[in-house]
Amino acid sequence: MKTICLFFEIHKFIHLKRYRFFDIGNDHYYYDDFTNETHINDVAEHSYRPALDTLYEMIKNSNKEFKISLSISGVAIEQMEMHAPDIIQKIQDLLDTGCVELVAEPYAHSLSSIIDEETFRDEVKRQMKKLKEVFGQHPKVLRNTNMLYSDNIGAIVADMGFKGMLTEGARHVMGWKSPHYLYNCNIASSLKLLVRDFKLSDDISLRFSNSEWNEYPLFADTYMDWIASYPPEEQVFNIFMNLDSIGMAQPLSSNILEFLKALPECAKQRDITFSKPSEIIGRSKSVGPIDVPDPMSWSDEERDVSSWLGNSMQQEAFNKLYSVAERVRLCSDRRVKQDFDYLQASNHFRFMTTKNSGIGINRGLYDSPFDAFTNYMNILGDFIKRVGSLYPEDVDNEELNPLLITIKNQGDEISQLNDKLEILEKKNEKLNTTLKKIQDKTKTATANNEAAPMTPKRIKKDKVKQ
Amino acid sequence: MKVLMFGWEFPPHILGGLGTASYGLTKGLAQQSDMEITFCIPKPHGDEDQSFMKIIGMNSTPVVWKDVNWDYVNSRIGGYMNPQLYYDLRDHIYADFRYINTNDLGCINFSGRYPDNLQEEINNYSIVAGVVARQQQYDIIHAHDWLTYPAGIHAKMVSGKPLVIHVHATDFDRSRGQVNPTVYSIEKDGMDHADRIMCVSELTRQTVIDKYNQDPHKVYTIHNAVSPLSQEIKDIVPHKNLNEKIVTFLGRITMQKGPEYFVEAASMVLERTQNIRFVMAGNGDMMEKMIQLVAKRGIADRFHFPGFMRGNEVYEVLKSSNVYIMPSVSEPFGISPLEAMQCKVPSIISKQSGCAEILTKCIKVDYWDIQAMADAIYGICTYPSLYEYLRDEGKKEVDSITWEKVGRRIRAIYNDLLK
Repeated sequence: MKTICLFFEIHKFIHLKRYRFFDIGNDHYYYDDFTNETHINDVAEHSYRPALDTLYEMIKNSNKEFKISLSISGVAIEQMEMHAPDIIQKIQDLLDTGCVELVAEPYAHSLSSIIDEETFRDEVKRQMKKLKEVFGQHPKVLRNTNMLYSDNIGAIVADMGFKGMLTEGARHVMGWKSPHYLYNCNIASSLKLLVRDFKLSDDISLRFSNSEWNEYPLFADTYMDWIASYPPEEQVFNIFMNLDSIGMAQPLSSNILEFLKALPECAKQRDITFSKPSEIIGRSKSVGPIDVPDPMSWSDEERDVSSWLGNSMQQEAFNKLYSVAERVRLCSDRRVKQDFDYLQASNHFRFMTTKNSGIGINRGLYDSPFDAFTNYMNILGDFIKRVGSLYPEDVDNEELNPLLITIKNQGDEISQLNDKLEILEKKNEKLNTTLKKIQDKTKTATANNEAAPMTPKRIKKDKVKQ
Repeated sequence: MKVLMFGWEFPPHILGGLGTASYGLTKGLAQQSDMEITFCIPKPHGDEDQSFMKIIGMNSTPVVWKDVNWDYVNSRIGGYMNPQLYYDLRDHIYADFRYINTNDLGCINFSGRYPDNLQEEINNYSIVAGVVARQQQYDIIHAHDWLTYPAGIHAKMVSGKPLVIHVHATDFDRSRGQVNPTVYSIEKDGMDHADRIMCVSELTRQTVIDKYNQDPHKVYTIHNAVSPLSQEIKDIVPHKNLNEKIVTFLGRITMQKGPEYFVEAASMVLERTQNIRFVMAGNGDMMEKMIQLVAKRGIADRFHFPGFMRGNEVYEVLKSSNVYIMPSVSEPFGISPLEAMQCKVPSIISKQSGCAEILTKCIKVDYWDIQAMADAIYGICTYPSLYEYLRDEGKKEVDSITWEKVGRRIRAIYNDLLK
């Protein structure tokens, strides 16, 4: 039986403000709060709220046969908590139905998996912690930022205990293989891979409202016919997209919500079900490994990392950022750690692309890739200075680590000694009070009996001897 | 197809961008095998490149009949013109111009520059053009810049051939809006009489349409291009100091070029860094003011005025630079950033310049946004990848902008006009 695995990404990065080089060293706040707030509110209003409400309604109406999966980056959760807490609640409501699976991802929506394994592991751990705190969930499946995947990334993810991963079904990787099967990682065969069908996904997220598209207007029954027309042995249809494609890329006026609402019924008529990723992983067997020596992603026509690391500027910025990753991990300055999260978001690198893709890129604040680069590098210059000032720069990371451990051990020792000291002090105090009590008693005794003045002294002496 | 062109400057004796553009454009057009171009300039020197077209010197075209023998004519003008042409032209003197001061050949003297009596020179140019227009055979008249518009109109009146005028600049660019009424009237008259108007940028085209009330249908944008560097220039070895970066401004130091914004940006950069030097090459009426401003900002030790650059000096300076900057307030096109990019120098240009319409591998800022300008200078000097990207990709981009392509576009307009 054919099944659809529908996945939505929720991510909003933190916008940087205009930061000139003369701000380096003077201004340590890098963010454009106004843009962040208006942007989140805008997306929440036009996309997230109506889309999540619709999904909830669909689950209720379908007798819980409609299932989806979601992922929300840690940075996005932080922003929702600040600007649109009701979105968190809506996601919680969805999770409570039991038909929605939460998928893990790196906290900062970063590209750390291709350069710095430690940072990647750390980010995933923190994301898991955040998901536990906010939603009480412990995901078993992970999807990397922008669906980035390579054999090495797969191995790390498997090592972290995940059962499966969502990724792209890029044509140059899949070749003749169909994306409609379950695959596994080349290095760690225990890690199952769900690969995205980019055609079916982009039909909704990219082309739905395009009136020049030859399939326009697309209806739910046509769409399900397409899926039903695949050979019966092709069973898994992975349709992954950004949640904000619904409402932002494809405006609500295009009736995209109506299209979504009609999907479960049309699927049912054709005997097509919906599944959560872990259900598919649990019940199906992998048909074989896929080889991905170089990272692939779901971005652009190339489906590789060229959108973020395609030119030398992007690479310089990227390498500079991760040159301080270890120091950031070693330090305990919360603001530095937070800034590192925000600066890692892949979106900043996307603004610096010089690819001529034919599609106009929204560069936000910047009017050229060079502008985006200098602004980012200025901020990075200040950030690296701050990280550098935490510890002397002439100490290598290798040296620094043992030093920090020594300091930590000494600190532990000092606190242990302190504890001991405290206990002793308490004992001492206790003794003093009992002594005082006895003194008081003897005083009253002498007052009553003037004839025996020597007694209290003797008692005191005896006490001290003890 | 035969084209009669009127121009004012021609390399190697040039005063500004007009000469360079006229040369490149003509050469690009001459790549088409059936093109015959006759180019009129006020004062040829004899060292002009005539391999792809014929030059007529306005100072060698008689307007008063003089009886002179062949050998004498040959000794006077033989260096750049066939003496026979002198006699042919002499047969077409159309009025009595003895009231004008002429020389022993019956020709009017021209300075070929922009003298104080420019009006008179423009007028004389037009008188001489009448003789040329009567003698020459041609299909189209092409006049470069306002100085030659009256000559173009004259030729059109005489021959009835279509007139194309090429707007390399308008007085709105030169004067930041304080338009000289005489100049404006000459420009407007030329545009009104023209059958096609070619502007060097969309920016100029809009000015022509809005300020000179021209019909948009006859106004075309023909962006300039740049000629490939000669081997001699390629061989210049730059003197680069590894510890110091040089930021260069090259051009007339006048209101139009926005030099004060460059000084202000430089002073912002120098507040934070010490290893950058600034060069403002060229001269102009705002030079003294700029020197004073530099002194006032206290950056004179890092800000240099080497004066006017000639010939290869320009390329020596460019090749030694790390950043080229053109903060023009209003620039119809601006070929100089293209030349800098040819020398592999990353460029910062103002969004208000015409070349910004065709360049993408350079940094564009508003001329008034000195903070952005300072940031861009700092960025190129500090971040190697940005410098290298702009250097390499800029070179690639500018190498694809050729006069030959421009020539083909102009030809299409000629063909359309002659249909």
